[in-house]
Amino acid sequence: MAQRHGSMKPGFAALCVLALLFGGASTGLLTAAFADPDGAWQAVDARLYSVVRFTLVQAVLSTFISVGFALPIAVALNRHQTFFGRSLLLQLFAVPVALPAIIVAMAWLALLGRNGLVANFATWAGMPLDLNIYGLAGILLAHVYFNMPLAVRLFLAALGAIPANHYRLASQLGMNERAKLRFVEWPPLALALPGVALLVGTLCLTSFTIVLLLGGGPAATTLEVEIYQSLRYDFDPARASMLVAVQLSLVLLAGLLMKNPHLAADVSLLVRRPARPVPAGLRAADFVLLAAATLFVAAPLAAILGAGLRADFAKLVMDAAVFTSLAAGAISAVLAVALALMLAASQKSASRTGASWASVFERAPFMVLAFPASALGAGWFLLVNPFVDPASFAILLVVTVNAAMALPFAFRIIRPAHDLSRDRSDRLCTSLGVSGWSRWRLVDWPQQRNAILPALAFAAALSLGDLGVIALFGSGQFQTLPWLLYLKLGSYRTLDAEGLALVLALLCLGLMMLADRLARVRVQ
Amino acid sequence: MIETQLLPALSLEQIAHSRPSGFSIAVDFKLVPGEKVVLIGASGSGKSTIIDLVAGFEQPQTGKVVFAGRDMTQSTPSARPVTTLFQSDNLFGHLDAFANVALGISPSLRLGESERSLVDGALESVGLGGKRGRLPQQLSGGERQRVAIARILVRKRSVILLDEPFSSLGPALAGEMLDLVETVAAETGAAVLLVTHDLDEALGFGTRALFLDNGRIVHDGPVVSLASDGGEAVQRYLGQARNRPA
Repeated sequence: MAQRHGSMKPGFAALCVLALLFGGASTGLLTAAFADPDGAWQAVDARLYSVVRFTLVQAVLSTFISVGFALPIAVALNRHQTFFGRSLLLQLFAVPVALPAIIVAMAWLALLGRNGLVANFATWAGMPLDLNIYGLAGILLAHVYFNMPLAVRLFLAALGAIPANHYRLASQLGMNERAKLRFVEWPPLALALPGVALLVGTLCLTSFTIVLLLGGGPAATTLEVEIYQSLRYDFDPARASMLVAVQLSLVLLAGLLMKNPHLAADVSLLVRRPARPVPAGLRAADFVLLAAATLFVAAPLAAILGAGLRADFAKLVMDAAVFTSLAAGAISAVLAVALALMLAASQKSASRTGASWASVFERAPFMVLAFPASALGAGWFLLVNPFVDPASFAILLVVTVNAAMALPFAFRIIRPAHDLSRDRSDRLCTSLGVSGWSRWRLVDWPQQRNAILPALAFAAALSLGDLGVIALFGSGQFQTLPWLLYLKLGSYRTLDAEGLALVLALLCLGLMMLADRLARVRVQ
Repeated sequence: MIETQLLPALSLEQIAHSRPSGFSIAVDFKLVPGEKVVLIGASGSGKSTIIDLVAGFEQPQTGKVVFAGRDMTQSTPSARPVTTLFQSDNLFGHLDAFANVALGISPSLRLGESERSLVDGALESVGLGGKRGRLPQQLSGGERQRVAIARILVRKRSVILLDEPFSSLGPALAGEMLDLVETVAAETGAAVLLVTHDLDEALGFGTRALFLDNGRIVHDGPVVSLASDGGEAVQRYLGQARNRPA
């Protein structure tokens, strides 16, 4: 029976890896809390209250601003289905999602920092400006930069699901633009709005790098940064464990609220609809809005590009950190994809036999969404610290935690192709006796590679840009690109930092574009 | 008034239109008031393009679309005396049956008392008087199309376009719906153009058939003589239709 339906052993092996990772982190956190319960409770003080308040305030404000701008931009883009540069603009809006947070922070510093493009231009023009991007304003700018384009793409996907006949009907019934917005476009937007807002809110709630780089002091600190500081600077394990508990509660709450988000899968670049004459005034307003959005997304990119190009690339790209990052990213990606394949295979086998494990295999990859990287990193830091230098575990933890972080995305990309391949081939392979390595080489890989390759590229890009885990475990011996970049910034070697930022940005963008290209081949 | 009665409800005069894909149509035909015409042809023969040109969702590259003697080739869809029943998505899912019909009178849903009565009357006449507050997802497939037919009734346009609106319903229900459309058309005096690929549906509804092949009308005559008088393209199509599994 098991032979015919496939084995569940790979899934159990993957579950063991995840259990070890999450169990180890939880043990570390609980041990630290129980070793000093008074210390843990003392962490519940005015400082914690102010950190939680700032965490929530910045998340809510970032969400309101991101979603508030994204709605009219998405409607404007939907209103104008064919104009020169539309697909380019949509591709530009995909860039912030692909960039590591450290690059976004650097890009805003290159644009609006004290020595940024705008300040230098103002000085040159004889009107010196004293710009200060640090604090809430900088955090909001960077969060909106990340999330507004993401929200636009999600809203656009919701609008793309409107049947073309509804637009035909609206024009036949003589609806003006206001009525079209009310009767045709707003209902799907309203349905998507809570899901988009919660997604953006959760991303801002767990934001670490942006706050670390642009927070600028204790007044603008979130829980994630406070966890890092309580371990790396104050070394207060009991306080760190309490902070993680609070952070986990907030993320779980957001996760429960987001249980059934109405998010469409992808942006439809062009939906065939009847021609839609737009009044001149509205067309002009749309143009201004879209031009402003383009400037908002493109200007920091241009600033970091301009700043980065001045660096000594020959020296920077030969740094050991580049090779360490590439190696760690590749291993993370392979591990994430291997875990995703093992879970997908066993989920399929279990679902055929009706085993209750099917839902466990299906949900396991998404556990990490409830357990932020900072919590995993902090837990393992606390677990190993009494025995060995955490830095000696750096490579292992950076690779496994990043693999776990990429797992839900890899699983989502791989599972449909895997299931389809199994449905098509299982009976034939069984009847021909094709199994094991032969089956993988001759059947599974050719049928699933167009899902596996984009998953690998996506997971590698995620891992390459991570600063959350390496910030806890990084040392002089083990450096990744984001960590080296952070160290260069800290030692005011801005030119090197900007050059590294450009290298990292190009690597991540290249991988994301590769993932996107490979995924499109799959769709075709 | 008398003059209008004598004029064709719809004339497509030397229409030529091509798509970027290279597909082109070239048609020329008329519909007289009250006439029931079936536009039949294989998938991709250009039936939906003709509907789009008549309704004004697309504009032809050459030729004229004339309603009751008035050239309305450049007119917007809402300015044309046309109402369309699509194959799907005829209703807005978040609006109840009453509002979906009322949009046919006021696109901003501002209705006076007499207009409200008109909408209620239309819903009564399609047998949905007790379901005015239901959302589309609370109605069956047939009931949803009835709501759309009620909207045709309140719009009172001189040309009704039916773009395979009942193809997802069973034959009995589709026949019932077509009867209802005939009643509505008789009440408003409208000409009806039914797009279909179902020969039985065509035979049961129209008096005249236009057979479209590769963007050209290759047969224009009584529906009943389609099988006997149609040319090679019609015979090929009918052969395929007969061989299609039930």
